Amino acid sequence: MLYHDVLIVGGGLAGLRAAVGLCDKYNVGLFSKVHPIRSHSIAAQGGINAALANNPEAKDDTWEKHTFDTVKGSDYLADQDAAEIMCKEASIIVYEMEHWGCPFSRFPDNSIAQRPFGGAGYPRTCYSTDITGHVLLNTLFERSVYKGVNIYSEYIVLALVVGDGKCHGVIVLDQLNGRIIPVLAKATLFATGGYGRVYYYSTNALTNTGSGIGIPYRAGIPIKDMEFVQFHPTSLIGTNILMTEGCRGEGGYLVNNKGERFMERYVPKAMELAPRDIVSRSIQTEIEEGRGFESELGNYIQLDLRHLGEKKIMEKLPGIRSICLDFIGIDPILEPIPIMPAQHYSMGGIDTDEKAETIVKGFYAAGECACVSVHGANRLGGNSLLDTIVFGKLGAIAIEEYLQTNEIKLDEKLVMGRKTEVEETIKKLTHSGHEKPFKILEELRGTMSQYVGIFRTKEELQLAFNKILELKEKYKHVKVSSPKPHMNYELIGAIELEYMLDICHIIVLGALLREESRGAHWRRDFPERKDADWLKHTVATLGKDGEPSISYKDVVITRYTPMERKY
Amino acid sequence: MRSDSYTFKILRYDSTEHDREPYFTSYRVRVIPGLTILMVLLRIRDEIDGTLAFRSSCRSAVCGSCAMVINGKIDLACRTQAASFGTDTIILEPLPNLQIIKDLVVDMTPFWKMYEKIKPYLIRRNQNPEKEIPQTEEERKRIDQYVNCILCASCYGACPVPSKDPDYIGPAAFAKLERFVLDSRDERPKRSLEAVNDDKGVWGCDMVLRCIDACPKDVRPTDSIVGLRKQLLKYKSKKIFSMGKDED
Ligand SMILES: Cc1cc2nc3c(=O)[nH]c(=O)nc-3n(C[C@H](O)[C@H](O)[C@H](O)COP(=O)(O)OP(=O)(O)OC[C@H]3O[C@@H](n4cnc5c(N)ncnc54)[C@H](O)[C@@H]3O)c2cc1C
Ligand code: SF4
Ligand code: FES
Repeated sequence: MLYHDVLIVGGGLAGLRAAVGLCDKYNVGLFSKVHPIRSHSIAAQGGINAALANNPEAKDDTWEKHTFDTVKGSDYLADQDAAEIMCKEASIIVYEMEHWGCPFSRFPDNSIAQRPFGGAGYPRTCYSTDITGHVLLNTLFERSVYKGVNIYSEYIVLALVVGDGKCHGVIVLDQLNGRIIPVLAKATLFATGGYGRVYYYSTNALTNTGSGIGIPYRAGIPIKDMEFVQFHPTSLIGTNILMTEGCRGEGGYLVNNKGERFMERYVPKAMELAPRDIVSRSIQTEIEEGRGFESELGNYIQLDLRHLGEKKIMEKLPGIRSICLDFIGIDPILEPIPIMPAQHYSMGGIDTDEKAETIVKGFYAAGECACVSVHGANRLGGNSLLDTIVFGKLGAIAIEEYLQTNEIKLDEKLVMGRKTEVEETIKKLTHSGHEKPFKILEELRGTMSQYVGIFRTKEELQLAFNKILELKEKYKHVKVSSPKPHMNYELIGAIELEYMLDICHIIVLGALLREESRGAHWRRDFPERKDADWLKHTVATLGKDGEPSISYKDVVITRYTPMERKY
Repeated sequence: MRSDSYTFKILRYDSTEHDREPYFTSYRVRVIPGLTILMVLLRIRDEIDGTLAFRSSCRSAVCGSCAMVINGKIDLACRTQAASFGTDTIILEPLPNLQIIKDLVVDMTPFWKMYEKIKPYLIRRNQNPEKEIPQTEEERKRIDQYVNCILCASCYGACPVPSKDPDYIGPAAFAKLERFVLDSRDERPKRSLEAVNDDKGVWGCDMVLRCIDACPKDVRPTDSIVGLRKQLLKYKSKKIFSMGKDED
């Protein structure tokens, strides 16, 4: 049996930041199902928010203003104490990343460059052209090499071992060798990212299955606010690869088939830089009302960058240009980009507090898989990269405290028992049944995109709900082709599928129950925000009957009284 | 939409089955315009043959997971269109110079070992300021080319040297080293370049430039080799003039 003082699951920004914070003092093991550099964080484009006040137009920016924008953007569902902590930490961690080598773009005065982003009162998004995730993840990985973090690449965690209100470790599959390994640890932090791939249309990496949310849910840990799913307004049609908000931050237009900058009709002041939930709904409405363009790949709206000119596009958005050339054969210097909204971010996740703690001692979560909540019902662009690094850091500090102040006894037998169960599950998946896992996944994704999207109704959510129950039934008969556990991606997919079904179950149930519209959760049948009834977090816990049981939790309000959200 | 049936011949191998040599399996898949090699591979694994192994993550040419040999040319599977070869038979093989683990998945350990060897992180000797370390736009631009590297190992697979000398550092690691050497904020001692001042290092390169061709991100690793050689020569001549005193 392997032992680590601290076990980090996930090699994206949140996981690496936590590991770097702990490895000097403790024996840390970082497990990731893909090499850390292949994590989804690498794909982030636009930037990371911090009120550095470097932009000549933002000299009076402060962390308080950043907090206000975050809270307002969240449609007042964010916990304000947590949002304050994140925004206060922002400049500290941006400077720290810079000191560790992060090559941010620069302003003429040699300071870190900052661009405007949606829903923000000031241009405070720090960036490196349009590859901000790439430079941040490289920097943290480099830091982990410098620090000698012990990394287990291509080891996927399949189960979490909880007993007696305490976390004892995990069961992992070493993908290259096919070994199933129990790992004992005093503290475990999940930083496993989002679940975007439960949707058919998603900007997320193929690896974003959300198993890291499903695993703790199965171990009895509460999952929060899952009905809040962010749809990004601008993904390339066909592949749904993201066209960063930076495109609009740099001045890009959204145009319908009448040649109108239609955002004028919806949010005349903020126009293209309104928050994402609002822009996505506007685009969807244009398409539904026949003002989109038609194509074999689906109906779309145009993102027009041509007026920015070649120089600006090459300097500020070179990655966007090469994606357009590679994936759709369009040069945005010469032609508008065909875009549609697509699932993008998971506001919900493992229920944590501002120290990345959960209700289970020794179990922590940070980054997109966690829900603190700092994003509430709608996340602002540039706040997620921030969230990952801040709460990765704070999680590490909380773990250190926990290890210093507690005598922790671990239950080896419990872990071994769980290992046997995992082996049984794998045996079952490889020996009996007849359903192809992919067929179920395909139906699940279709259902989520069709019925649990930007606009929702009771009827459609109910359809989705029934479908998910049906697919869960089908899942019982899944069989994968090869019984060998090494390099068996089909097997891994089948195991993760069960967690994906759980996640969708929770999303749909939360959405059905929440009879109001708030942030990214828009009910056509209940188009108003109802603070009296619904200014609260949804919490899903695995019930005794194996079904999710839903309860609610108060939102923390400190200094920003909820008001109507106008831009 | 127009679609044609293509044949994909994929190299199969399982390192746990020692007695079985690599072989090819053929799959027929309908190809529509715009379909990438990665999408084809996913379709084969999902619908035809669940045992096929290959790596992927971002599907948008930024994570570096999916480099392989496609009809004789190294590229990222996710950014290569199946219909771009003017033939309906496409051969897929794993990256050269690295051991195959299974099918298209290779053991990247040697690649990462070389990466770690060159100290791939910012080295500072002066105290950091409270805020950012100032850097001009010009200085930032100087490292752009190398910052873009996605560590996909295409260049490593294309390079003729590793097969002759497994200890050769390789193009990607040189590009990474140059990224830091050229960074105005980096303060690594000049003498640290001595670590690449031999045949395993920058002098091992035969300048056949295959890495430039193979790189999907225009990193041009050869430029970094030329740059590092120049810096080494400059350092050497300085050392001679300063009579062996180590001057950084
Ligand atoms: C295309 C795109 C662009 C974006 N741009 C921006 C932006 O400009 N600004 C911004 O603020 N936000 C942006 N975001 C959001 C942001 O990138 C993500 O929320 C953030 O990177 C998530 O980081 P993370 O560390 O939580 O997880 P990830 O980077 O997703 O990493 C998850 C890690 O967990 C591992 N893992 C998962 N499950 C398991 C398991 N079961 N066992 C073992 N390991 C596991 C994976 O291998 C991976 O290493 C963007 C998102 C997308 C999709
Ligand atoms: S230099 Fe180019 S080919 Fe080599 S690893 Fe970097 S991106 Fe890949
Ligand atoms: S899947 Fe990421 S580079 Fe191809």
